[in-house]
Amino acid sequence: MQHERATRPASFAITCLALALAIGFAGTAQAGVLPEDRADLLYFRYDGGGVTIDGPSVLVRKSIGEHVSVQANYYVDMVSSASIDVETSASPYEDERTQGSLSLDLLHGKSTYTLGAVKSDESDYVANTVFAGVSHDMFGDLTTISFGYKRGQNDVFRNINIGGVKQRDLTFAEEMETQSFNISVAQIITKNLLMTGQYEVITDEGFLRSPYRSIRHFTDPLNQQLAPEQYPNTRSSNAASFRAKYFLPYRAAIDTMYRYYNDTWGIVGHTGELGYVHPLNNNKWIFEGRLRYYRQTAADFYRDIFPRAEFANFMARDKELATYDAITAGVTATYEFKIERLPWLAKGSLNLRYDYMTVNYDNFRDARFSIGRFGQLPDAPLAPGTEPLYKLNANIIQFFVSAHF
Amino acid sequence: MKMSIRGLSVIAAALLVAGCSSIEPWVAPYDRENLADPIMTFSRAPISQDFLDHVFESREGSRGATGGAGGGCGCN
Repeated sequence: MQHERATRPASFAITCLALALAIGFAGTAQAGVLPEDRADLLYFRYDGGGVTIDGPSVLVRKSIGEHVSVQANYYVDMVSSASIDVETSASPYEDERTQGSLSLDLLHGKSTYTLGAVKSDESDYVANTVFAGVSHDMFGDLTTISFGYKRGQNDVFRNINIGGVKQRDLTFAEEMETQSFNISVAQIITKNLLMTGQYEVITDEGFLRSPYRSIRHFTDPLNQQLAPEQYPNTRSSNAASFRAKYFLPYRAAIDTMYRYYNDTWGIVGHTGELGYVHPLNNNKWIFEGRLRYYRQTAADFYRDIFPRAEFANFMARDKELATYDAITAGVTATYEFKIERLPWLAKGSLNLRYDYMTVNYDNFRDARFSIGRFGQLPDAPLAPGTEPLYKLNANIIQFFVSAHF
Repeated sequence: MKMSIRGLSVIAAALLVAGCSSIEPWVAPYDRENLADPIMTFSRAPISQDFLDHVFESREGSRGATGGAGGGCGCN
């Protein structure tokens, strides 16, 4: 069974590779198009559920000749966390994650080949990812078909607090490997309608839980105790999505997206999104509104509180694995400009985006009402399992400057 | 999952075989002005979309199939 599970992604990869090569060499004389040259500088801030994350991100894409385009991205997350998990079982912490990526697109006929690598570094997690892909325009450029493969090798560590100083626990080091295979098709349906479909399989193997998070279980009907989570060491998921975008007669656009997700942990997820883009004032301003709905069922081994210690082989209390729904509503304002003294700048833009996210959990209770915060019991503790359900609200702000060359 | 992969392979192979024959585009290149408009791009700012995808992926059980369909619409 284990062997069979391992060979499925491999055979899928071989099929994709064979098709990709066949498509690539079937390229006709007419050439495809490389992505446009651009540079973006972004500042973002996420604030919700006791967690603040902010930082910059820089993205540069530049063509070298007519057949090669290079993209580089540098991204920094500065995290200050006193989330509900931290409040009930640890101390507040601050951390920083840096991520750098480099990718290369090579145009050959109507095919574009992509190769790239990503490195992400934080004090207790190091991730190295490589990826490759091919996309090909066909049927008179009405259809674009793409295949992609990604492989990640992650090292998981644990920080401990000794004498008020955060340092790495030298007795703890784990590994996790992830692979992803995806296929997508973009199709022109009419002169006003575009559609895309995408399917992605992801497999993980290794240490998949957090080294910090705990489950809770009853010791008697009125008392509880914390214990380490226990996760399976494999996970395979399928995700299929569909998008459509329609050009409206008065120069505006409406789009929609639906994604279905399931995995071997028993999670089933549904994501739906609606968007509307509207230019104003001779295209100097572009406004965009977006509404996203997400719902998932819990993992098979998730419980808010377990009946007893060692109740099952696998036990989790990560709210990411609970049953919940989330709504995110966002607006973006873009101001586009040109500077006559900079003829190499085809177009510049200033962009402000704000999103509000609200998450309602069906089976994740606010254990601060019984456990307390940072080791301090509440004045009037509630009985375990009777706390109110947890809700999370977050504000997400992005400001970015874009330059197109 | 096995069935899904087989199904996908068959669809992809059919597309490939069909791609070898000449198909008359039902939307002519000169009729793609609206599709080439920048407001018709699925992600107008990849740097912003990558950040939001990361926000959702790190807080949700679901993952994958969120990227652009690569290569755009071929209408430039």
